Parts: sequence; structure tokens; C-alpha cells
Amino acid sequence: MGFFLETLFGGLMAGMLYSLVALGFVLIFKASGVFNFAQGAMVLFAALAMARFSEWIPQWLGLESLLLANILAFIIAALCMFALAWLVERLVLRHLVNQEGVTLLMATLGITYFLDGFGQTIFGSDIYQINVGMPKDPIFILEGMFEGGILINKEDVIAAVIAAGLVAALSLFFQKTSTGRALRAVADDHQAAQSIGIPLNRIWVIVWCVAGITALVAGIIWGSKLGVQFSLTTVALRALPVIILGGLTSVPGAIIGGLIIGVGEKLSEVYLGPMVGGGIEIWFAYVLALVFLLFRPQGLFGEKIIDRV
Amino acid sequence: MFYRENGQFKTSYRADQQIFPIAQDRWAILAIIAFAAIGVPLLADEYLFRAIFIPFLILSLAAIGVNILVGYCGQISLGSGAFMAVGAYMAYNTYVRIEGMPLIVALLSGGFFATVVGMFFGIPSLRVKGLYLAVATLAAQFFCDWMFLRVGWFTGNNASGSVSVSNLNVLGWAIDTPVEKYLFCLGFVVVFGLLAKNLVRSAIGREWMAIRDMDVAAAVIGIRPMYAKLSAFAVSSFIIGVAGGLWGFVHLSSWEPAAFSIDRSFQLLFMVIIGGMGSIMGSFFGAAFIVVLPIFLNQFLPALGGLVGVEISTAAVSHTEFMIFGALIVWFLIVEPHGLAKLWSIGKQKLRLWPFPH
Repeated sequence: MGFFLETLFGGLMAGMLYSLVALGFVLIFKASGVFNFAQGAMVLFAALAMARFSEWIPQWLGLESLLLANILAFIIAALCMFALAWLVERLVLRHLVNQEGVTLLMATLGITYFLDGFGQTIFGSDIYQINVGMPKDPIFILEGMFEGGILINKEDVIAAVIAAGLVAALSLFFQKTSTGRALRAVADDHQAAQSIGIPLNRIWVIVWCVAGITALVAGIIWGSKLGVQFSLTTVALRALPVIILGGLTSVPGAIIGGLIIGVGEKLSEVYLGPMVGGGIEIWFAYVLALVFLLFRPQGLFGEKIIDRV
Repeated sequence: MFYRENGQFKTSYRADQQIFPIAQDRWAILAIIAFAAIGVPLLADEYLFRAIFIPFLILSLAAIGVNILVGYCGQISLGSGAFMAVGAYMAYNTYVRIEGMPLIVALLSGGFFATVVGMFFGIPSLRVKGLYLAVATLAAQFFCDWMFLRVGWFTGNNASGSVSVSNLNVLGWAIDTPVEKYLFCLGFVVVFGLLAKNLVRSAIGREWMAIRDMDVAAAVIGIRPMYAKLSAFAVSSFIIGVAGGLWGFVHLSSWEPAAFSIDRSFQLLFMVIIGGMGSIMGSFFGAAFIVVLPIFLNQFLPALGGLVGVEISTAAVSHTEFMIFGALIVWFLIVEPHGLAKLWSIGKQKLRLWPFPH
């Protein structure tokens, strides 16, 4: 029982991190109908920027304080993501209005290739560390109930709290601010939104900026866990089943989907994996999402798909 | 003036329904095939065969398969790499496990197993469509990646999943030099290309296109969506499977699952989009573009660096290659979203009028 709960908690924490990446997908898809495959590359790019600037800034300015260096690096990395968002809108999306979904998907794949190359050209291609002072020591809880208690990582808990905070902030942003209302209007109907005077191009820049910030946060958390390296881009592929499970257009769906996938992956790996040779977590998530889709094609929280001739 | 159907009167139904109704098209296709079969082997050297012609032929075959599914039936698939893998590994198993199995039959059986797998993973297309389906087909990709790595039966218990074949021969004709490999692939491509061209203008091809253009409307006028979608998955994955077998047997001759990773799926989809969705000819254009571009960049960048006096390291070259490749793809999608096939048809239209303005 103790072991089961430990796996369960591990899965929930991992799931929270998946939802962070999934959130970036959902935001952009909601606002512009673009299925943004570049989210993984954005995570890597943001993490690389963060890692390198937090290393360079103390050298340039002669700073001692780790906190100050990290804050400055975060700001600069965020600025990089804003610039990226602006460029993507300016150079790519603006020219591809009204194209088919698959063409836009391919365009984001092109952006992925570009970002992978560009990030590694300017920031280098080694493995870097992000040190934001996350405690690495494990803690034990519920020691009274089980022998030995349940081991969880403090780091994971903090990551989950940050993720939850980000989600809450985004929900507030979407529901309460006028920009958020404009974003929802655009998501609902491009033409209608445009006809009442919402500037589509600016909305797209904003939503790519928000997705960039989500990518930065995800990059920092994943980066401090795994080290900043090229394999960080595969995190995006792990997050895809999350969004089809939760629904492409739903922010809460990304969170719940992430938790389900995280738990499913860990439990399947531990209990099912040994029977078939291990390493099943990567496809298990997809198959789980697939089976789910057969019964509910729009995902858990997605908008109902209505077909009209 | 020269390229037009005026004066070519059809006197029988047979003549009216042939694949290429315009005589000039027929001659052009024959000339291309003849040049590919006779001219190219005389002119090209071994490096060109290995690096460009053989990959080009096999990948265009695979791109035709993907185009049938994505371009003609409108079902976006990111699992093409997996179907290639199934084709390659199952062809390997039939070839190795059954004594005296002829090479061509082994390759076709690889295609058959790919069909089965493709139809199985095509089932979700009956419920979901568009981008949801694209992600759903990734399940096939990751599942197959895992299966060929971890399940020992497929690879003869090789831990890294790598297998190899040697001494290929068809009816006593040993296929070992690059020219022979090229001709062998060319045979497959010509046969399957003409088959596909014929198929997409038949009743079933029109059903696929109806489903692509609007599936609800197609169902209303009496097209069975299940039959049309699954048949598209079946035909497409058969062709992709055969291409996978060729890729493994002829091009690589020893391979591991990484040869058919998700990057391969993306690459095939790129070929279809850049070549032109819903065009057999476009598959060839797309394959040529995607095969030649990285090789060109690889050769061209260090030369360019040398010209301006900058030594470009190998890592920098590969990163710059990534950047230029990505940027070119985006640029291409912006300037010609309908692909190279569209340029081709514009060219043909112009040629009809040439040299007159109207």
C-alpha cells in the first residue's frame, strides 16, 4: 500500500509537469487554432536561455547573489520568448491565415527545426544546469500510517505548487481581464471577433507570449530536474496524449489529463511493465488517450464537436 | 501550342478512359521512365546512387502511400514511420524464417502486415478526425518503436533491435551493386506509382476525395465512411510497408528501429505537404526536395564558410542545417501552400497557351 501510494504521488507530480507543457499547447490552440508542435522546442529554447544567462550574468556584472542572477536571467529569458512570439506572428502566422490545420501544423514543425538549431547555435549544445535553489532532498510523509512512510521529492512538490499557481493565474487572466475576454472571443470565432474590433494579430502575439512564459516555467522546472539538454524537446511528445485526453481546447482538461496520464504512466510502468519487458510508459499514455478517444472523441473537457454539412 | 488536347479524338471508351488522356503526357511519362531506367545508370556514379537516387525512389514510394491517406482521404497520420517499420521487420521475418522465400514475396508480405497494423490503428479515424487523429496515430509510432526494440521475436533476440539482410537476389539476379539496387527500386516505384495513379481516379479514389472534402456530406450521398477510411488506411499502409521493406533491405541492408522513428513520419508528411497534397506527381517532387536539401546544405555550408574565411565546425554545420531547413519549410509553406504540384499544374496551364497570350 505504501509503495502504491508512493507511485501514485510520483505519478501525480509528473502529471503536473506534463500539464505545464500541455497548457502551452492548449493556450495557442484555443486562441489561434494552431496545433503548436514547436512547444517542445520552445521549452528547450527557454530553458537554454535561462541556464546560459544565469551563468553569464554574474560574469558580466560581477554579481555574487544567486537570487539576483536568477531573477535577471528569468527576465531576459522571458524577453527572449516575447521576441520569439512577436517574430513568429510577424513572419509566419500572419502569412498563413486561413490555411488548413495541417499546413499550420507543418509550419510549426518548421519552427521547431529552426528553434532547435538556433537555440543550440547561440547557447551551445552541451548539458547545462539550472540552479534556482530548489531543494533536492526527499521527505517522508505519513510515517505513522505505513512502515517507512512515503518518500516524495520536495522539488516535485514545489514544482506542482508552481504549476498549480500558474494555472490559477492563467484562469484568472482568461476569465477576469478584458484581454482574457478578447482571447476567449477569438478562440470562439475568428471572424466574429475581428468584426467587433478585436485585433487578431495582437491577440496572437499575446497568446504566444503567454505560451512562451509557460514554456519558460516548464523549462526551468524540467531543466532543474533533468539538466538542460536536447532531449528536453521530447517532453512535448509526452504531453500530447495529455491534451487529447483532456481536450484540445480546455485549460482544466490539460491539468486533469496531465494528472491522469502521469498516474497512468507510473502505475503501468511499475505494475504492468515487468510483464512485457519494461519501457512502456511512452506508448502507454498514447494508447490510454486513444482508447479514451474512441468513447469520447472531443476529450474529457473539449467542446462538443458538431458536424454540419 | 504543342501541349494541348486539341485534335486528339477518342474513338473508343478505352481510349477515353486511359490514365493519361493527352498524348504528350503519355510520351513524357514514357520518356521519364526510359531515362530513369537507361539514362541514369549510364550517367550517375556510385555516390549519387547511394546518397540520392535510391533514397529518393524509396521515399517517394512511401510519400505516395502517405499522400493517399493524407492528401486524398484527408486523414492526417503521423504514424507512417511505424508502418514502414512494420513493413521492414515483417519482411525481414518472412524472409529469414521461411526457407527459400523469394525477395519480392517477402517485401509484399511486409506490406501485407503493415496493412493489418495500419487498419488497426486506422480504427480511431472512424471516431476522431483532424488533429486529434494526428495525435492518435502517434500511438502507432511509439508502440511500434517500443515493440521492435523490446520484443525479441521480431529481431531474433537482438538487444538493440538491429537486423541485417544480405545476398539479395530475384530469380537468380543478384542485387548487390548500387545500379542494380536502383533498378530494383525503380521497378517497384513505377508499378506502384501507376497503380496509385489509377486507383485515385477510380470509384474508390473518388470516395476518398469525397470523404476528404466533407465527410458528413459524403456519408449523406451514400459513401460508407468506414469502408472508405479503412480502405485508405489499408492501401496507404501497404505501399508504405513495401517502401519500408525496400528501405531496410535495399537501402540500409542492416537497420534498427531508430531508422523508422518519429522523425521519419515527420519527414514523409513534409514531403506530402511540400510536394502537394492530393497529387501523385507531387509525392515525387516532395521526396526530391526533402532528400536533396540536407545533402545540398551539408556540402554547400562549409564551402560558403570557406569563401568568407570562417571555419564552420561540424556541430555548427548541423545546427545551421536545422535552422535553414526549418526556415525553408516555413517559407515554402507561405509562398506555395499547395505545394510543388501546384506550380507544376500552373506550368502546364501556361504551356497550353504558349506562345499565345490567350
